[in-house]
Amino acid sequence: MREVAVIGVGMNKWGELWEKSHRRIWTEAALAAVDDAGVDRVDAMYVGCMSGGLFVGQEHLGALLADELGMGPIPGTRVESACASGGLAFRQAYLAVAAGAHDIVLATGVEKMTDVDGGAATYALSTAADQEYECYQGITFPGLYAMMARVHMERYGTTRRQLADVAVKNHAHGMFNDLAQFRMKVTAEQVMGSAAVADPLRLLDCSPITDGAAAVVLCPLEMARKLSKQPAVRVAASAHATDRIALHERDDMADLASTRHAAALAYKQAGIGPKDLSFCEVHDCFTIAEILVIEALGLVPRGKGGAAAGSGLTALGGTIPVNPSGGLKSKGHPVGATGIAQIREAVLQLRGEAGKRQVPKARWGLTQNMGGTGASTVVHIFERALGRKR
Amino acid sequence: MEVGIRGYGAYIPRHRIRVEEIARVWGADAPTYKRGLGLREKSVPTPDQDVITMSVEAARHAIRRAGIDPVKIGAIYIGSESHPYAVKPSGTVVAEAIGATPEIHCADFEFACKAGSEGMFVALSLVKAGQMEFAMGIGADTSQGAPGDALEYSASAGSAAYIFASTQLVAVCEETYAFMTDTPDFWRREYQFYPRHGGRFTGEPAYFKHTLSCARGLMKKAKVKPKDLRWAVFHQPNGKFPAKAAEELGFTAEQYGQGLLSPTLGNTYSGASPLGLTAVLDVAKPGDRILMVSYGSGAGSDGFIWRVTDRIAKVQKLAPQTRAQLEDRPIYVDYGTYAKFRGKIRKLTE
Repeated sequence: MREVAVIGVGMNKWGELWEKSHRRIWTEAALAAVDDAGVDRVDAMYVGCMSGGLFVGQEHLGALLADELGMGPIPGTRVESACASGGLAFRQAYLAVAAGAHDIVLATGVEKMTDVDGGAATYALSTAADQEYECYQGITFPGLYAMMARVHMERYGTTRRQLADVAVKNHAHGMFNDLAQFRMKVTAEQVMGSAAVADPLRLLDCSPITDGAAAVVLCPLEMARKLSKQPAVRVAASAHATDRIALHERDDMADLASTRHAAALAYKQAGIGPKDLSFCEVHDCFTIAEILVIEALGLVPRGKGGAAAGSGLTALGGTIPVNPSGGLKSKGHPVGATGIAQIREAVLQLRGEAGKRQVPKARWGLTQNMGGTGASTVVHIFERALGRKR
Repeated sequence: MEVGIRGYGAYIPRHRIRVEEIARVWGADAPTYKRGLGLREKSVPTPDQDVITMSVEAARHAIRRAGIDPVKIGAIYIGSESHPYAVKPSGTVVAEAIGATPEIHCADFEFACKAGSEGMFVALSLVKAGQMEFAMGIGADTSQGAPGDALEYSASAGSAAYIFASTQLVAVCEETYAFMTDTPDFWRREYQFYPRHGGRFTGEPAYFKHTLSCARGLMKKAKVKPKDLRWAVFHQPNGKFPAKAAEELGFTAEQYGQGLLSPTLGNTYSGASPLGLTAVLDVAKPGDRILMVSYGSGAGSDGFIWRVTDRIAKVQKLAPQTRAQLEDRPIYVDYGTYAKFRGKIRKLTE
């Protein structure tokens, strides 16, 4: 397997992009990544998109978007793994480069979610859960994550305030991200006083409905310096794991086993442990999700995730900053694009280009992107390439 | 020749339903709706009240203030999205009821919530063109909102009528402006009982884009700034949107508060900004200048700048004042009564 580097990143302003179509949102991000890398062609492309069909009535995205980019007849592949579609699209791109099938590959993610109303968006998202055993009973994602929160609260004494602290921290980080959808500070009181969604989760515990796209360009590490002027960022690990899709079938509703497995594989590949990480970008689709994820990644012991945000451990300036980009909570969550945007953030951090949210001396960054209530997880670890021969 | 408002009148039904009562039935969180929409309660029309009866009430109040013989009214334009008949005009019934027939021109207007200001716009223009001495524009609605939908918390009933003339004015029209685009944020198709809407799309790209653009275009055309204007009135689909629009334009709560009726009136659709203007005229002083901007989905805004004259003080008390009607002995109904009043219960005889 060849070593792989990321040499270009692109993303547009996320939000309710009423004036832009699905394909235009994607094309803007893809072109930005190609420009950033400074390459004049790509050999293949992957598109992470959860549900072009239900959100905009458009499937067959590989062909459509390759053409939009003006790069046909290159192979274009659409990848779906619910909210982990972006992370998994990157992994397919990584594998293609590592295996020697292609040299320059574009990994992208996109979702246009606001062309449908709230009910239709909730339905589209619910297709990531177990239709027969979960959705037919009437539950949707806020309800599932609310149950995960309840278990964590009852067993470990995690408090309502600690859930709010995650939102407060990520919105504070998002203030430094000019592409974030909700670039605003929130207080714990505002979070706890916002509209009830599924007890104990409130509106400000939930990531938003977002239109957006992100893209990155990969190539073999050894070609990176020749192809691009950008500092190369090495893909140190790429891991993917699955779990039972239905929450009630899991051994433990408060344990994200797929994340735990993927993280263990990733740490092994990279030859590092959680203590070596400079920062993490994780899938905080709900505030409780970040708490569960940082436990599964081994950043904190099991059951201790609740206190991490409030204590400053996971804030910028803390021991292990989590979601310096603002996370899904502040940056937005166009589901298929989220995993790629996490990787863009990791690359910016490792290049030292993250501006006011820069983690000092960042060397190792981890991204964790998951689908549904964690039935699929993709974990990547990136290392700042130090100019030494590997 | 100066043209403007010679008489104005408002009508608000006395029945009300509280947000809590609607939320109770649907298992919704009332504080969330109250805070999110900036609404506490809304008016409810009784079974014998519709756009025609409410228009007649408001028209009579306007005639009293105008001090004219109704037979001299040359046109009546009623804007509404709840005309009682799909085919058969509301205007002729109102004209007959107030004694304005038969030498009169009638038309019913529809442009979602903008239809009322549209009727005003055309009536004013006909007087300005010298086609007639007096013309009446009315905005009235018994607004529809589907059961359980967010609109049900706001859709209410009310009407406002204006008589335009070139003599004995209470407010001179200094400027008009209109701003329209094809923006499908809210609609009701033929044979459908309730309107549909685009959720959050009704906000920034719809209400705010048109309301703010119209207000800015109007102020630019009139060469005025918010500080030059004493009052500001906007379309008020809820309590929150107009306040946000006003503040974004640089108006203070003191300027827009008087015309903001929606927190206790609800959204009277075509009646909304016309009713807000009546509430301002009720307290306005000679020389006050008023900005009024309507909004209708589909979408567009009409804008007016009015300058109040000395005659205002003589007419303010000639007919029931708007805020007095809003606050006068409201009768609170439960959801069952409300559902009956609004024809939401299917009966055997229908």
